[in-house]
Amino acid sequence: MRERIRTNWMHIVHPVALAPLVLLAFDATTGRLTINPIQDLTHRTGYAAVLLLVASLACTPFSIVTGWKRLLRLRRPLGLYGFLYATLHMLVFAALDFGLDLRLIVQEIAEKRYIVAGLAALLLLTPLAMTSTRGWQRRLGRRWKQVHRLVYLAVPLALAHYAWSQKADIRQPLALGAIVAVFLLLRLPVLRRWIEARRRKPGDVRHSTQVTGGDLP
Amino acid sequence: MMKIPSSEITPESIYRSRRQFMRGIGAVALAGLGLTACGAPADSFVAPEPGAVAGQADELGDPLNSYQQITTYNNFYEFSTDKQAVAPLARDFQTTPWTVTIGGLVKKPQMIAIEDLLRRYPAEERIYRLRCVEGWSMVIPWLGFPLRFLLADVEPQAGARYVRFETLLDPERMPGQRDAWYNWPYVEGLRLDEAMHDLTILSTGLYGRVLLPQNGAPLRLVVPWKYGFKSIKSIVKIDLVAEQPTSLWMAAAPQEYGFYANVNPNVPHPRWSQATERRIGEFERRPTLMFNGYGEQVAALYAGMDLRANY
Repeated sequence: MRERIRTNWMHIVHPVALAPLVLLAFDATTGRLTINPIQDLTHRTGYAAVLLLVASLACTPFSIVTGWKRLLRLRRPLGLYGFLYATLHMLVFAALDFGLDLRLIVQEIAEKRYIVAGLAALLLLTPLAMTSTRGWQRRLGRRWKQVHRLVYLAVPLALAHYAWSQKADIRQPLALGAIVAVFLLLRLPVLRRWIEARRRKPGDVRHSTQVTGGDLP
Repeated sequence: MMKIPSSEITPESIYRSRRQFMRGIGAVALAGLGLTACGAPADSFVAPEPGAVAGQADELGDPLNSYQQITTYNNFYEFSTDKQAVAPLARDFQTTPWTVTIGGLVKKPQMIAIEDLLRRYPAEERIYRLRCVEGWSMVIPWLGFPLRFLLADVEPQAGARYVRFETLLDPERMPGQRDAWYNWPYVEGLRLDEAMHDLTILSTGLYGRVLLPQNGAPLRLVVPWKYGFKSIKSIVKIDLVAEQPTSLWMAAAPQEYGFYANVNPNVPHPRWSQATERRIGEFERRPTLMFNGYGEQVAALYAGMDLRANY
């Protein structure tokens, strides 16, 4: 029973994370990318990237609250899918939208803070994606964790990029920003210990059913 | 050789069930794709046949955008912020009866029913470029009449310096207005000399047909040398005023949207490239023209003005 539940999470992550890409491919090949297809590609890849990155950041705080340690395994695939969409997003911008015209691209970067923020987020995520393998985890040892803390800078930058790219209505990026802020708060050692202590109180229902799940490195 | 802990090895029964599961996911996904492929989605909009047009291109030789493009990609937040959702949401929008009130600093204030307005001012075709502040553009064969005809008939008083336009406020019929994020109703304004310019028209149709709701039926403004958002839709009120009106966008984001909003490739916007644009239907960007290519006719209106400060 336990094994079945554990494997189910991955079964959900891959199709869910790939669905936007499949839909994009489908819409692209059947002419459904609106009459302004490059803008549609830009919006959809960017949105998928932001949602997946926030989902990746959600794993740790959710596991703190619920005690479901196997959620931690989802951080890597979610983060890597987020990076994939962010990369596609940048490629659509540079290659399709601006036809790799360096003069125009440089002008855009110089003029627009939202592009600076987005580019900074992508640059910060690149070493994280490259060192996401077990091999790199071993090689970097304790420093791996330090390097990967860059995600706490990259995701807020990605959200600033999203907010600044909106015409006027920034409710959605604000909501995501608030969620990420709560995630970060939950990781503060004081709060984290308090939550974990509450969760472990005897008689807690979750405690009795979930404690056996905590067998991850 | 690296030792794999026994906990890492997946029992055969599980990886078999995984494969089965993935096949199941694949089947479900294919079924989903198949469903969406069967005919257009229920909320889509298919434009009727366009009417006859007198011209096929603008004065620069660029061809008209299609009626389908013009009627399915609309920035009309009163219905939806999703440009493609506007047409289906506006499909049943009733534009009769419709009364336009013209007042303020005029000698002859009027309330005109839309049918009378159409009768009084015969429509002529004007092929204009429409440049959206979001960096895309179209070429549209409007039907309409110069605003100055109407202004002349109401006789502006000496103190009138600006024209203020207002869109219908009716959240029942315009679902986007239920969203309190924006300060409805939509308001726009022109300086009186801009309003009196021959290029400035009130449009009642396009492509040889009466306006469809998504394009601002039954009456909208078209000011081709300004960004598209200046061309206010579904107008119910026109006032001549002494003070510069504050538009909805000026109120929502004053550092981004000024009163003038002239198309200007030299004034950058924090989001969209204003130096270049994408003509709908084209792949490559094209340079944006000063005053959207109408500089010869309108540049004199702004002689001596700092267009960076008055964006």
